[in-house]
Amino acid sequence: MNALFSQAPILAIVIPLMGAPISALFRGAVLPWAIATMLSAASFWFSIDLLVHVNTVGPISYELGGWEPPWGIEYVVDPLSAFVMMVISGISTGVLLYARESILKEVSTDRLGMFFAAYLLALAGMMGITITGDAFNIFVFLEITSLSSYVLISMGERTDRRALFAAFQYLVMGTIGATFILIGVGLLYAMTGTLNIADIASKFDAIAHTTPVRAAVGFLIVGVAIKLAMFPFHIWLPNGYTYAPSIITAFFAGTATKVSVYLMIRFIYTMFGEDFSFGEIPLTSMLMTLGVIAFLSMSVVAIFQDNLKRLLAYSSVAQLGYMTVGIALASEMGLIASITHVFNHAIVKTGLFLTVGAIFYMVGSTYIKDLAGIGQRMPITSFAFVLGGLGLIGVPLTPGFVSKWYLVQAALERGDMVGYGLTIAMLISSLFAVIYVWRVVEVMYFRPAPEGAECKEAPLSMMIPCWIFVIAIFYFGIETSVNIGFAEAAASFLMGGAK
Amino acid sequence: MIEGLNPGLILILGALLVPFTSGFIRNIYVLALPIIGLYYTWSLGLGSFGHVEILGHTLILTKIDALARVFGTIFHIAAFAGLLYGLHVKDPQQHVATLIYAGAAIAAVFSGDLVSLFSYWELTAISSAFLIFASRNERAFNAGMRYLIIQVTSGVLLLAGIALYVAQSGNMDVAPMELGSAASWLFLIAFGIKTAFPLLHNWVQDAYPQATVSGTVILSAFTTKLAVYALARFFAGEDILLWIGAIMVIFPVFHATLENDLRRTVAYSMNSQQGFMVIGVGIGTELALNGVAAHATVSILYTCLLFMATGAVLYRAGTAKITDLGAVYKSMPLTAMFAVIGSLVIMAFPLTAAFASKSLILSAALDGKMVILWLAMLFGAVAVIDNVGLKIPLFGFFKPGEDMGLQEAPKHMLLAMGVLSVLAIGIGIFPSAFFQILPYPIEYHVYTASHVVTQLQLIIFAALVFVCCVKFNMYPKPQDTLTLDFDWFYRKPLKKFAINLGLLINAGYLGFLRMSQAVIGWFITKARETHGGQGLLSRTAASGVAVSIVMLLFGVTLLLVY
Repeated sequence: MNALFSQAPILAIVIPLMGAPISALFRGAVLPWAIATMLSAASFWFSIDLLVHVNTVGPISYELGGWEPPWGIEYVVDPLSAFVMMVISGISTGVLLYARESILKEVSTDRLGMFFAAYLLALAGMMGITITGDAFNIFVFLEITSLSSYVLISMGERTDRRALFAAFQYLVMGTIGATFILIGVGLLYAMTGTLNIADIASKFDAIAHTTPVRAAVGFLIVGVAIKLAMFPFHIWLPNGYTYAPSIITAFFAGTATKVSVYLMIRFIYTMFGEDFSFGEIPLTSMLMTLGVIAFLSMSVVAIFQDNLKRLLAYSSVAQLGYMTVGIALASEMGLIASITHVFNHAIVKTGLFLTVGAIFYMVGSTYIKDLAGIGQRMPITSFAFVLGGLGLIGVPLTPGFVSKWYLVQAALERGDMVGYGLTIAMLISSLFAVIYVWRVVEVMYFRPAPEGAECKEAPLSMMIPCWIFVIAIFYFGIETSVNIGFAEAAASFLMGGAK
Repeated sequence: MIEGLNPGLILILGALLVPFTSGFIRNIYVLALPIIGLYYTWSLGLGSFGHVEILGHTLILTKIDALARVFGTIFHIAAFAGLLYGLHVKDPQQHVATLIYAGAAIAAVFSGDLVSLFSYWELTAISSAFLIFASRNERAFNAGMRYLIIQVTSGVLLLAGIALYVAQSGNMDVAPMELGSAASWLFLIAFGIKTAFPLLHNWVQDAYPQATVSGTVILSAFTTKLAVYALARFFAGEDILLWIGAIMVIFPVFHATLENDLRRTVAYSMNSQQGFMVIGVGIGTELALNGVAAHATVSILYTCLLFMATGAVLYRAGTAKITDLGAVYKSMPLTAMFAVIGSLVIMAFPLTAAFASKSLILSAALDGKMVILWLAMLFGAVAVIDNVGLKIPLFGFFKPGEDMGLQEAPKHMLLAMGVLSVLAIGIGIFPSAFFQILPYPIEYHVYTASHVVTQLQLIIFAALVFVCCVKFNMYPKPQDTLTLDFDWFYRKPLKKFAINLGLLINAGYLGFLRMSQAVIGWFITKARETHGGQGLLSRTAASGVAVSIVMLLFGVTLLLVY
């Protein structure tokens, strides 16, 4: 292990965190973007390093400032957190590659320094939530992420003033969520006298029956569920995604809710422990009910949307339902499905939002009715959307199929009526996905373009990242050793290592 | 080339380009494909290639062993000869169907796992049906539909068998199995349909003569031999096959004797020859399996040759019914010569290929002291001499009478027949060279005095019977009638039953459809009301409402957690 790598856990967080003020100092259209991209790529590089290291050597514990845990803050890189960090920084880097021209159209140039500063803060926050082994630290990073994302969403106001309202609503909901998490952490601290997650976990069983701990569990779960946009706490999400600038939507769709899924898994499996979560309290039935309603009901809502971004946003809520169900199944297979879907859905949805961003760049609208004939006007971009849509539906050879396959296996593993019912519900929901993707494709390809519409593709700097994502979709749908392999490692680590 | 690419895919994928070629280029192209495929097959050598992990199961895309390679080789040769024979066809649909069909049969032979095997099995069924439809008349259409139903039934049974087998054993490899479980019986029936087991055989005589002139040639080469291969692969040495095979040898003989249509006659006798191979599989010794592979190869050669010769008559004269034909040999001497060669081969005349291949199976039966089977095969051998070996040339080509004023067959047809004749006689003259490629190493001398004398005695005796029968008007005069066969049962009463059942199902289905439409309509209306536009779940709730929901659910959660 060389000297640079021994500091990799902190570098992956500090690089974007320190980059934010630097980016804020710069003006102009290119420099802030270039800084953000390079720093995000550096963070991505460290994340991959960490992921490979963790999966070959074993978990890393990094003591901040040399203070030994549980007194000092500890960064823990285990197979799960390393995997999620890789997803977050990877998506962020991919989106930034695309961002240069896209963002010029949506945010005024003199604000770009601030914009990318907020972007880097959001990235640092999400990476921090994932890596930290300290419960209070989670709250701190959560707030960094949330505050910067309120700003980022409101940046969409130049296109549509409703972005301000969306950001405000997210602020209200996000603050409640964060507060709940803080209360939960506070109660646990009061009972255990420690903030270190591993430490709390080791003391948890002894105090699991006490009233404050039960309340803490309730606060934590509801708090994370709000951040996760779990049905019916999703109300902030569709508006936020719809009115935010294109790249922000793409960035958040692949990362923000995924981090919350990570937190949910972390709390349920590492902190509370599997026996308590699914034995003592009825988490399975609670999460599963909400998850199933989410992927059925929200898919139907997506069918009726007339704005493409909004449609994809509701589809995200539905997909989060799958991940919730995977967690709720309380089995290794379910966890694999959930974790791999974090990865799979991230690349598919981000890829889709990037193509939508390219369409918006050229057409100036994301309303489905304005997309008539876009298949002829922007054939390359439209085709990217179709391929991404296949991934969203879960057609074989795409990652969507891989994660659904694992989820179905996990459901059938139960071997009871609930399992069969779940399988049928998933099939129905996939059919809904066919409908909402087809609705868009039909307008794109089979409605005549309005008179005088010009045929022009988006700039290459946007097209190439879009296609990188599309190719990645098919690569990871066929060669599944990355997504499935690391997800399996993470799941078996959680199931075996949980206390 | 790509590691592990199944050789059959060369033909299947190559077929997709045929519509974009024309004229001379197309001729060269379609003929080149089987040659490339054959070269590739042999350059791969033996072994298994292309292991693919899909969702926990291993697929073996290509597995070549000596048994598979014999079948793969003759399939390539048959595809080449058949395509050469059909060069006059200007309809690209037939070329495409031929190539896909032949490719699928080859790919099925080289499949290393059950899923691939099933896929190609179905592909042969579907692609070959288009060769029957290609006649473009109503009879052919109906026969094609019946053919398709039966072939797809075989596929469905196979799929069911595979599903059961994989569920029980968790294994997807193509490997021998014991007859006993439900899965193995499903396999056997699926294979049996395509092998044309007795009572499952009618599709052969029903469909083959309805195909186009070149289509019949192609059809005769692949489906039944693929099924023999599958039997040899899965059920070698299974006793029940001995008796099925014996019945198969004898049963179609009578029909072949009565039949008026030349091509139907060949179809029946081919059915009888299939019986030899089934018996060989049933015996299951190395010698017998060598005999099966050899006889399948040879049988493809002479069946194709006979279908080509009779097809050429049909092509020029417009009919292949004995009663309508006169002295064909006068105007089509070369075709008549090839018909004679084909007949000599099917008689297993010394110095022809079948003499070598049949004696392998007969010897294997004698080695196993299976005298009754040996007698059944002897009977079959005599019968085939009478009802094909002598009947086709004498009644079809050398009838006394006027010159019919026909033209000799086109050059490419003659060439195709020539290729097959050379092979059939070449194998007969140099059997040891041919035995080199058989699955198991053998030390076997074809031309011993006793073999030759026995066979000649057999032929002379059979010829004597034939001549006497004709002389004394004992031989059933070919009459222009349809010969009734077991298929009457499924063409009349079963059809009526099926139609009535279909009507009933249809009525039930319509009712179900209306009900479902009403239910789905109700769901859509409700979904639109609640999920659409400004519906409850779709509209943007005020922050206050959102917070109230949070509070409510938090309360519920707390209650649950306590």
